[in-house]
Amino acid sequence: MLEKIIIIVALFSVTLLIATYLTLAERKVAAWLQDRIGPDRAGPWGLLQPLADAGKMFFKEDFIPTNADKWLFIIGPGIAMFTALLTGSVIPWGPDLQVFGETVELQVANVDVGILFIMGVVSIGVYGIMIGGWASNNKFSLFGAIRASSQMISYELAMGISVITIVMMSGSLNLRDIVEDQHGMNWYVWKQPLCFIVFFVCALAECNRAPFDLPECESELIGGYHTEYGSMKLGFFLFAEYINMFISCAVISALFFGGYNFPGMDSLSGNTLAIVGTLVFFGKTFFFIFVFMWIRWTLPRFRYDQLMHLGWKKLIPISLVNMLITGIIIAAVSGWFSGEKPKTNEPMQTKVKTEQPDKRLSMNTNTH
Amino acid sequence: MTFLESIYLPAVLGGMWITFKHLFRKHNVTKYPEETREFAPVYRGQHVLKRDEEGRENCTACGLCAVACPAEAITMVADERKKGEEHLYREEKYASMYEINMLRCIFCGLCEEACPKEAIFLTDRIVPTYFERDDFVYGKDKLVEKVDERIDISKRQLTGKRPQK
Repeated sequence: MLEKIIIIVALFSVTLLIATYLTLAERKVAAWLQDRIGPDRAGPWGLLQPLADAGKMFFKEDFIPTNADKWLFIIGPGIAMFTALLTGSVIPWGPDLQVFGETVELQVANVDVGILFIMGVVSIGVYGIMIGGWASNNKFSLFGAIRASSQMISYELAMGISVITIVMMSGSLNLRDIVEDQHGMNWYVWKQPLCFIVFFVCALAECNRAPFDLPECESELIGGYHTEYGSMKLGFFLFAEYINMFISCAVISALFFGGYNFPGMDSLSGNTLAIVGTLVFFGKTFFFIFVFMWIRWTLPRFRYDQLMHLGWKKLIPISLVNMLITGIIIAAVSGWFSGEKPKTNEPMQTKVKTEQPDKRLSMNTNTH
Repeated sequence: MTFLESIYLPAVLGGMWITFKHLFRKHNVTKYPEETREFAPVYRGQHVLKRDEEGRENCTACGLCAVACPAEAITMVADERKKGEEHLYREEKYASMYEINMLRCIFCGLCEEACPKEAIFLTDRIVPTYFERDDFVYGKDKLVEKVDERIDISKRQLTGKRPQK
């Protein structure tokens, strides 16, 4: 019980700290990509800039528009923040740690439906944006909120299908099983590159990051759903966005890049492996965060019809075909077409957690 | 559009390659106020009211600068030189009050061109920012150069006169 509390507090503070410094990293990366140096006034290399920003946010006037729905206006950023922080709980951050003879799982909750939990909580996250935008009683906010919700619903489909493909590969919804299945260098990205691309694009859209940042869209909608927000409520929205980015990068590295697995991990064991594995996981996550920022400062925003075309007419068919072919190959490998009886624990039963996660399916489904 | 174009990926990767090359480029930043860039010789910044070689104010409060000013930023009050003030003012008339509102001023340099006495010049100094509007109204205390701290205007190519035809 105590170790769970410690892990929860640690995860909470690490997530907040990382999200805080992502705001600085975003500005730094933007500056480097644009031949500038970025913030360097607050502390060495601008390291105290996030603290200065947080101070500014806290001491600004906490403003609620006259015609806004007061309670919904307050609940909006709360939901956004709550769901953003909740998703980190099922991600396996590292191999088991041995402390005082006890095995400590570096995961808040080893839920059997881990990846479904994440998808579900992320879907609730759109309520924060929708409620915030609606309660502001401002047409620009409402536009932003509607765009956000339709965008997230559209891209959740392709995202879900690509997750199903991975779940079919691993035969488990449990994130730790999925990660364990990619032992060493046996990452799913080698077998499912198309699935990875679809998932990555959808993750960008789910995080409302450029080039899919239509909900915010400063040039058209002022600030989108947070036009009317100020002070720490605005801070919560922006903060939740950065936490979402961190978590989705963690999910990408867990699903496709082996989580805490790295080549040559068999030479390490025990706590060394746990610590190195955790660092590797964070390294992968930070790499994807950098890619997210890199993309943001490279690409212009999609037009809304382009966004919908890409989501419905490209990503969903691609991921569906990919899933179908994966399914056929899995069926072929487990002997469905050779007249043998399928094994008891057939991988098409995706909702059931496999009791033996050692049943590895090593075939190449890169069909495109 | 071909299918490859319609999924945007090649164009996206091309764009990302361009920005990636910029990651390793030398930055192009001047850290003002620690570093300052060199100004062009004809930069039009904060005004100065010049004195002549003997330290007497050139301005005779003729008002031509105020007339020329398109932003109506210049206000002045003329006064007659008293006995014993010959070392302060070059001619019989002088400006007892001379104000430029730096919020109105557009730094066009027409005052400099209009001045027949080579009294007002724009310099390469920058007008700083203040919190109060009143602070932007510069009086003679800020505009007239100090006797022992002359402001160099030799770089000015148009020294307050239209080029000779």
